[in-house]
Formats: sequence, structure tokens, C-alpha cells
Amino acid sequence: MGKHDDQLDMKRREFIGKTVLAAGAATVAPGILLTVARAANETRGVTSAVRWGMLIDTNKCADDCTACVDACNKENGIDLVQRPEGASDADWNAQRPQWIRKVKLRDMATQVVTTLPMMCQHCEYPPCVDVCPTGASFKRADGIVMVDRHICIGCRYCMMACPYKARSFIHQNVENQLVAVPRGKGCVESCNFCVQRIDAGNTTTACQEACDKAGHKAILFGDLKDPESEITRAFKTHNSRQIRAELKLNTGVRYIDV
Amino acid sequence: MKKLHYSELWCSSPRYWGGLALLAFIIALGLGSAYYMEHHGHWVTGMSNQVVWGLPHVFAIFLIVAASGALNVASIGSVFGGPMYKPLGRFSALLAIGLLAGGLVVLLLDLGRPDRLIVAMTKYNFKSIFAWNILLYTGFFAIVGVYIWTMIDRTVNKHYKMVGFAAFFWRLALTTGTGSIFGFLVAREAYDTAILAPMFIIMSFSFGLAFFILALISAYWWAGRQLGELRLTKLKNLLGVFIGAVLYFTLVYHLTNLYITAKHGVEAFVLLNGGIYPVMFWLGQILIGSIIPLFLIYSPAFSKSRFVISVASVLVLIGGFFQVYVIVIGGQAYPMSLFPGKEVLESSFYDGVVASYVPTLPEAMLGIGGIAVAMALVAIGSRMLKVLPESLEDPEDECA
Amino acid sequence: MRSSTGIKRIITGLIPGGLLAVLSMGVMSEPATVGVVTPGSKAASSEACVAPTEEMRRNHMDYLKHDRIEVVYKGIRDTEFGLSSCVECHAAKDDKGGYLPINGKGQFCDSCHEYVAVSLPCFQCHRKTPAEQGASGDSAMTGSNPHRLGLLQSGGGQLTLSADELRRLHVMTLEK
Ligand code: SF4
Ligand code: SF4
Repeated sequence: MGKHDDQLDMKRREFIGKTVLAAGAATVAPGILLTVARAANETRGVTSAVRWGMLIDTNKCADDCTACVDACNKENGIDLVQRPEGASDADWNAQRPQWIRKVKLRDMATQVVTTLPMMCQHCEYPPCVDVCPTGASFKRADGIVMVDRHICIGCRYCMMACPYKARSFIHQNVENQLVAVPRGKGCVESCNFCVQRIDAGNTTTACQEACDKAGHKAILFGDLKDPESEITRAFKTHNSRQIRAELKLNTGVRYIDV
Repeated sequence: MKKLHYSELWCSSPRYWGGLALLAFIIALGLGSAYYMEHHGHWVTGMSNQVVWGLPHVFAIFLIVAASGALNVASIGSVFGGPMYKPLGRFSALLAIGLLAGGLVVLLLDLGRPDRLIVAMTKYNFKSIFAWNILLYTGFFAIVGVYIWTMIDRTVNKHYKMVGFAAFFWRLALTTGTGSIFGFLVAREAYDTAILAPMFIIMSFSFGLAFFILALISAYWWAGRQLGELRLTKLKNLLGVFIGAVLYFTLVYHLTNLYITAKHGVEAFVLLNGGIYPVMFWLGQILIGSIIPLFLIYSPAFSKSRFVISVASVLVLIGGFFQVYVIVIGGQAYPMSLFPGKEVLESSFYDGVVASYVPTLPEAMLGIGGIAVAMALVAIGSRMLKVLPESLEDPEDECA
Repeated sequence: MRSSTGIKRIITGLIPGGLLAVLSMGVMSEPATVGVVTPGSKAASSEACVAPTEEMRRNHMDYLKHDRIEVVYKGIRDTEFGLSSCVECHAAKDDKGGYLPINGKGQFCDSCHEYVAVSLPCFQCHRKTPAEQGASGDSAMTGSNPHRLGLLQSGGGQLTLSADELRRLHVMTLEK
């Protein structure tokens, strides 16, 4: 099953990917960036020469740290969804949106305890996209799986289909959204690798940035198709795996030592 | 054999209007609930990110499944040439349309964005079973509509057989599609099995016929027309066969799951230790929905009683409702196994624990409203169309 | 938004010219800044919109839809006709200097949509006011990320630029 095995796609179509990265790397004054952004208009948008992915080293993920979750909440305005008056603790916890969550596990044989962040795994063959009746769930050319909220009808079939429980439904009105992250009642959403940052040329997600800042460096985000990227090199030197590998979804998010 | 006369259900009795007013009231309550849920958002319901489909979906799927089964009587009449069933064909088709409409209304009103109906009808992702179902449902209305037409209008009656066949296959496709909504969910252990689709077909036979018997008895009671013993006995016996078939498929479903070691967990959950779900399964589906009705249907003591036949049909419907509930809600409540061999110590997202779901009143009202929509459509339809024979007295000459 | 454009099309289709006549009469009888642009909004003091006013009135939904597809599917966020630019320019302030929701009663979007009876669901998800510096939750727009440029026209502020400088930059870009 060539396409389906556990190997990431390491094709060496690096050219455009690199130009995009170069544009992103040009961290200079805003005036100059302006020209960069306009020059980038020539290539116009996402390309399949890039596949964004993530490698999470569970050994480095600290037990009581929630830096990634907090950063995500802030970057994407997740915490703008407030607990409705009259909702019980249990209801609120089951209903509030969570794009990224910390999970703590104990191996039943060895008793080893691991913690790790779970989020949308950005499957190459995403079941959520397959089942979505309107095509609102889709995969961008660069491998990011997201929801077009303009045509999501809120049927939640994608939530039924996602094998990682990665998606959240917005159960109430949202006010004061972030300009870059529009969201509202009645649609489904999930981690989109901070797509607004990526599109602006950034090469880290909010969670990675926060994890690095906290000194753990458990999250590594990057282009899986670029042979020179840090993440590609890390994949070569570490043993990583996908969660629920038996489903053969070729996820973009991989874990070390789970 | 006497010539049959069909006529509209023309009765001005308070029975009819009172019944219709009651249905309208229930529908209004259902719409009110839907508005309440949409206005506040789904947080006012018991549904959550863990159990994403709740009571409305149970009602909707139940009604949609029953709809295709209700057409069975017409199919037996035209496709399999059962003369005893043929006079009932028109009513059966009308009931099928009504039930489907009721189910779809519930499904639609539970969407996060029901205002985007136009999007749902114009944007299709043809990989999605759900999208296929939207087409199947629309097509069902069209085909069954034409079916009724060919049955009523003499000028197009020559196409009756052909349309009957088309409707028969379409309804099989429709139920297969509905079953496949779950059957293709590899993510969830309870669903990931091919047998769900045929099982839904058998379920549709049984639920649909139960609805049909009830609707028929009440229509003739409303109108004060004659309904013969023999026909009812035939329907009743058929229902018994279908109940048995559902039981058999349930058995096969659980046996195949038990054969697969990885599924022992979910099986134990549904059959033994899953809290409310085993109770619903054993008490609801098996005892109330199958064993008692089977006893009522086949016990010679009650065989002629119209009341007992109605009770048996109601019990079949209640049991069927629990069956769908266990499939839809139970299948979601059982935790997905993301990390085999590991236990989840902590998670803010209920990983590894049984999700709880407590349905709320608005959800139930919406679902019941859907049933009322179905009943009201049938009541109005049979008043406007010639779907019911004036008399269903038993024919003198035996023609079974 | 989809349905609103759909309805809009139906309306213009059903009464061809009727609606347009009403609108263009409005254009003829009123100077561009009175009654059209909300007083006190940024737009009131700028010379032109991203396209001629008449064009915008008639076709803004198509512009918006075009750019919405660019943003969502192609990741091109430095678009010219994004909704956030409308909000940025056309939102008015109240007495205390705070922004009023642009879809609020009598505000820029609402006044017209109300008049032609076209629903305005954009703001169920989109922010109704320009991003305010320092307001909670907006840090994501300005925070530690130096690559914000692509969002410049989406109304994002930058730490190194004041809101006014940004605005000027914005207008400059649009003029070119
Ligand atoms: S993890 Fe779930 S939401 Fe993400 S791409 Fe895969 S199926 Fe879709
Ligand atoms: S909830 Fe939205 S994104 Fe998910 S399947 Fe339904 S329409 Fe698609």
C-alpha cells in the first residue's frame, strides 16, 4: 500500500516551499515586509510543495505545563467563548471548544506515565473531509485540514467521523472575535495549525512558540516535504509514530514515545 | 371480488379536527423548542463535543428508517403482487412520505446552522454518505409522489408497475444509505461494521409496518369506516415475521462483534456494564420491543383483538426507538480507544471515559414534533387525496 | 453570507433595475459623504473606497465572496476586499470614542441591508468592530509575531506602528 504506509511524504519538491520559507524568514522592518508580501503575491497562496506537520516529543512534554493550550486559546480566541450563565461544570467542560488538549496516560504494562498534547492530526486522508456533506471540511494544498465556516451547516458528521476527537462544535454565541479568526455559533472547528500565522509567513504555531518559551521544546512544527527542515531531520533520527496508525490516515502530527 | 372505491377521508367530526388541532399544537411546541435551541445555541441541550448527535437524531433516524419501511405494504402489493395488500398501497405510500418529511424536519432543525438549508441543497461533496442521503431523500419524495399518482390516476396507471419497482429499489437504497451513515465511521468501534446497512433495512420493515398498522387502524376509526379482520391479521402476522428478523440480525450483529476480540469492550458496554444502555437494550429492545409483541401477536387468545394489535405495534415502535437510541447514543458514549494499552489518567476532553448524555426537554419536544408533522401530513393527505378504500371489508372469496 | 448574496441576486433578478434605480437615485441626490458613509467613521475622512462607490454598492458581495475564497482556500490574506477592511473603515464611534458594531441598528451595514431586506449573517462569526489595540484577545493580532504583514489590510495592528500610521500605510497601498 505504497501511499498508505507509515512513511511521510518526503518528496523533494522543495523549490517553491523554500521561497515561501525564505519570505517567511525575512524578519525585517515592516516597511520591507510590505514589499515581501506583495512580491509573494506572485506565487499566490498555498502550494502542495509544502506539507505542514508536527513532531511531538512526549519525553519533553512536562506534566503540569499547559503553555501550548493557553497559547492556542489566546492566538485563536478560543477563550472568547465564555461559559454561559446557568451551565453546569460538567456541561461546560463537555461543550466548550478545545482545539488542543493535554492528555495524561499510563501504560498498563509498564506503568510509565506520559503526557502529550492532542489536537487535529491533519490527516492526509482525513475522514472528516470525506464525510462532510457540503465540502466545508477541506484540506488545503499544504496539508492543513480546516473548516470553511461559510458553508458549514453544523451537522457534526465530521465530529462523528474524526478518530481523534479533534473537533469542537460551538454551542453558543460568540462576541468580540479576533479579526483573523472569525468564529461563531453553530459551526464546527478544530486546530488549523494557526493558519493565519502561516499565511502571514510565520513558520511556528502558537503552541510551539509557547512550548519553546517555556523551555520544553516538545513541539516541532515544520514542512515535511522540505528535506532540509528541522522536522524532517528530526524524523530521521527519532522513532516516531502516528496515533491510531491502523487507520492508515497518514497523519501530519507524529509522536515520539507513546 | 368487489370493486374498490377510494375516497377522501371526509369527516367533519370533532375527532378529525380535534386530532388535527392536537397535532398542530405539538408541532408548535416542537418548533418553539427548535427556535429555543437555535437562539441560545446547543448548550441548552444535552449534546456536547463528546455526544454530538443526541435525541433529535434518534427521532430523525427512527422516522426516516420507518418511512422506507412504511412503503413496504405498497411494494408487496405492486412488486410482489399480493392482492390483499394492493388496496392499501396508496395509504402506505402517503405514510412513507409523511414519516420521511417528519424525520427530515427534525434533522434539519437540529443543524447548527439551519438557516443554511440552501447551502446543504446546493453544495455537495459526493464522497459524503450524508450528501448522498440528501439526494436519496429528495428522490424518495419524487418517486413516491409519482407512485401515488400512478395508483390514483387511471390515465397514468399503466406505469404503475414500473414506478412501483423504482420505488422499491429506491427505498432499499435509502435505508442502506441511512445505515451507512454509521457503517462507514471507522473512528467508532460500535459502528465500523458492514452489517449495519442490512440491519437498518430489516429494522425499517418492522418499524414501518408497525407505524402502518397504527395509522390504518386510527384512520378507519377516525372516519368510522370498516376494516376487515382478515387483512389486519395478515398485517399482524407479517409484523411478527419482521420482529423475528430484526432479532435475528441483532443477534448476528453482536455475534460478529463478539468474534472480533478488539470489540469485546464495546460489546460488554452495550450488553452488560454500560449503565443505561444495556438496560435499554435488554428491557427496551428485546423485552418490550420484541418478546412481548411477539407473544401478543402469536398468542391465540388475543389474535382477533384490535386493541392488542395496536398495543403490539406501539411496543414495537418503543423497542425500535430504544434500539436506535442504543446505536446512536450508546455508540458515541463508548470511549474511542486512542491509545491502546494505556489508560487515560487525565484529560480535559473526556478521553477514555464514557461520555454522559442527558437529553433535555427541548430535544424531546423537537423529536415528538417530528412525529406530529408526519401524522399531520398523513391526516391532511388522506383528507385531500383518494388514498383510503371506503371499505376494507374482508373479501368474500379468499384471495391470499 | 452565501444566502444573502443568493437572495440579493433573486431580488435584483426579479425587479430588474428597480433596486438599482433606487440606489443610483440615492447616489445622485446625495453627496458621497452624507447619509452614505457613516459620520465619524474613518471612511468619512478618506477620499475613496477600494472601488468606486457605486460599484461597491452594487457588487460588494461579489468582491467579498471572491476574497473570502482566496483567503479560506488559497491562504491569500493580503486581499484588497476583505470584510475586515470594511469594518476597519466604516465602523463609527459612539460618544465615548468606543466603536459601534457595524451591523448595529442604523450603522453602515445594517442601514442598507435593512432597507433592502437582505439578511446580514456575516457578523455572527466576523468581528463587528475594528480590532482595538490593547483590548483583551487582540494580542493575537499584534503580539510577538513579526510576520503580521499579510494581515495588514485585515486591520491588524503592529507594535511598531501606531494605528494612525498603519492607516496611512493602508491607504497608500490601496492607492497604488
Ligand atoms: S484529526 Fe480529525 S479533524 Fe483532524 S484531519 Fe484527521 S479526521 Fe479531520
Ligand atoms: S459540521 Fe460542518 S464541517 Fe462538519 S461535516 Fe457538517 S457541514 Fe461539514
